[in-house]
This record gives sequence, C-alpha cells and structure tokens, in this order.
Amino acid sequence: MSLIRNPEFRRGFSDTVAPSLGIAAWGLVTGVAMVKSGLSLSLSVLMTLLVYAGSAQLAALPLIVAGAPLWVLWATAFCVNLRFVIYSAHWRRYFGHLPRAERLLLGYFAVDLSYVLFARRFPDPVPQPEQLPYFWGSAAWNWLSWQGASLLGVLIADYVPTEWNLGFAGVLALLGLTYSLLSDKKSWIAAGVAAFVAVAAFALPLKLNIVTAILAGVAAGLLLDRSFRDAAPERV
Amino acid sequence: MPAWYATLAIVGLATVTAVTRGFFLFSERELELPAWAVQGLRYAPIAALVAVISPEIVLTDGALIATWQDARIYAVLVGTLYFWWRRGILGTIVTGTAVLLALKIGLGW
Repeated sequence: MSLIRNPEFRRGFSDTVAPSLGIAAWGLVTGVAMVKSGLSLSLSVLMTLLVYAGSAQLAALPLIVAGAPLWVLWATAFCVNLRFVIYSAHWRRYFGHLPRAERLLLGYFAVDLSYVLFARRFPDPVPQPEQLPYFWGSAAWNWLSWQGASLLGVLIADYVPTEWNLGFAGVLALLGLTYSLLSDKKSWIAAGVAAFVAVAAFALPLKLNIVTAILAGVAAGLLLDRSFRDAAPERV
Repeated sequence: MPAWYATLAIVGLATVTAVTRGFFLFSERELELPAWAVQGLRYAPIAALVAVISPEIVLTDGALIATWQDARIYAVLVGTLYFWWRRGILGTIVTGTAVLLALKIGLGW
C-alpha cells in the first residue's frame, strides 16, 4: 500500500512509539480493570475493540456492574469524552475538505495521543498533503499498542496486582508529551491554569473538571495573546 | 448483569466514542468558528494534557497527597529530571515507572 510507504506515515508511526509505551501500560490496566470488575471475557474483548476510549470505559465499568440505567451510563461517557468534541473542532480545520465518511472514520481513531502529536507536527491549521499519512501512521500504532496491551490485560488480569499502579506509566507518557509542548511563557501559564482548575474542580461530577480545565487554559492563553499582542513572534 | 444489557451498553458506548470524536466533523456545511476560537484552539492540546494528568499526580481519592510516602511523587520527579536532561519521552516513562515500581514493590509506598 502506498500509504504505508509514505515517509510521513512512518514519521507519524515513529513519533508515536515512545509515548505509546506508557499508553500501552494504561491499556493493560484498563484490560485488567474490565475483567476484575466482573465483565466476562468476551464482553471485555468486545468493549476494548469497539469502545476504544480508556477513560470512558473506566468511568462506565462501575455503572455497568451496578446495572445503572443505560442513558446514565452513556451520558457519563459523553461527559468524560467532552474533550474530544473540542479536538474535533480542531480536526475540522485540517480535514474539513475530506468526504464525510472519511472524516468520521478519522475522528473515531483520533485519540488524545494522536491529537497532541499531530498538533505539535502541524501547528498551523492549514490542510497539507503530509497530514493524512502522518495521522494514519500515528493512529495505526496507537491502535495496535492500545488494543494489544488491553487484550493482554484481559487475559492476564488475575496475575496483575492492581496496587502496582501500572497505569501511572500512562500519566508519565503524557507528562513527557506535555513538557515537549511547553514552548514559551504563554504555554506554561495556560498549562498552569489548566492544571490548577483540573485539581480545584475535581469534585465536579462526570469528570467535568477536565473540560472545565481545558476551557480555562484556553481562556488564559487567549487573554495572554491579547495582552501581549506585540511580543515576539508566535511559535506554539 | 444480563449479557444483553452489557452488550447494549457497550454498543452505546462505542457510539458515544464515535459521536464525540466526530462531533464537528459530521456537518457538511463549513464550520464557521470565530477568530478567537480558532486562536484559542492552539492552547487546547496542552490544556487537555495537563487537565487529564494533574489530578492523577497530586490527588488521592479527591484529596491532595498528604504523605511523602507516595511513590508517584518520586516517579514524577525522576521522570521530570530525565526529560529536562535528555528531552526524551521514552526515558521519562522508563525512569519514572522504574522508580514507581521500586518504591511500590520494595517499600509498599
């Protein structure tokens, strides 16, 4: 396939390999969590292959086990996934010219890691021919490593002690990615505001602290842009 | 938990994934965003990352870490030092996780 031979596909692929190690640890823990919460083997496999959204899966598990009304469980997952709605507005700037079916397929595979790596590789939201192969390279490796690790977690659930907190490797991966994005003072401040709000608003239900924190970080960045319009040229 | 209920729940969750990730990709009409929103999107990736990880790092059951005997503190410290020394994400994960597991398994932190 010409896509796989494209150098940008390989670049997206290789940019994803290092952080995906942490993401895979997270996937493993999610696989373990599904089985330990009482989901059968086949349902756990179905869940990881279809849902492909770790935080929403972890949020929904206790509700499924408790037999909560379906709309409550779906609404919970929707709120946990609200950050993807923000990402999708960003994706639209790059991929708005593609046919709808292709846009939606792309969207389904557009996880956190792919979003952040893509925005780092292509800071200007202007369509370029390199973007589609880069996206699929990154998305392919993310899917393989997450699903592989998650299925492994389903299989070896009984042998992985949860008190090891292995999922924290995923946090460390995203931490390294965060550091690699901190380019100027404004991004430091926007990140600081988002971190503070995410912790301060933690008591909000349905993980709404996350989307609140994103909005606060973006607002802080915009205020700084407005206050320092004549400062040095942008490079975020 | 009946199997039909769990299956329906999972299929619905998959739909939620597709709907949220494709939210602004669905419409065939041009998405007209105000200029400030377009500019603000530049900050969305970093804000989203720290929003996801900061509670995982500093909170235990919704309260700030209240003890020094928490392996996460040292895992983050070592991972952070590694990153600013070598600028490598892989090393950040490996060193941080090594410290985490050593303290968890060795000292029970």
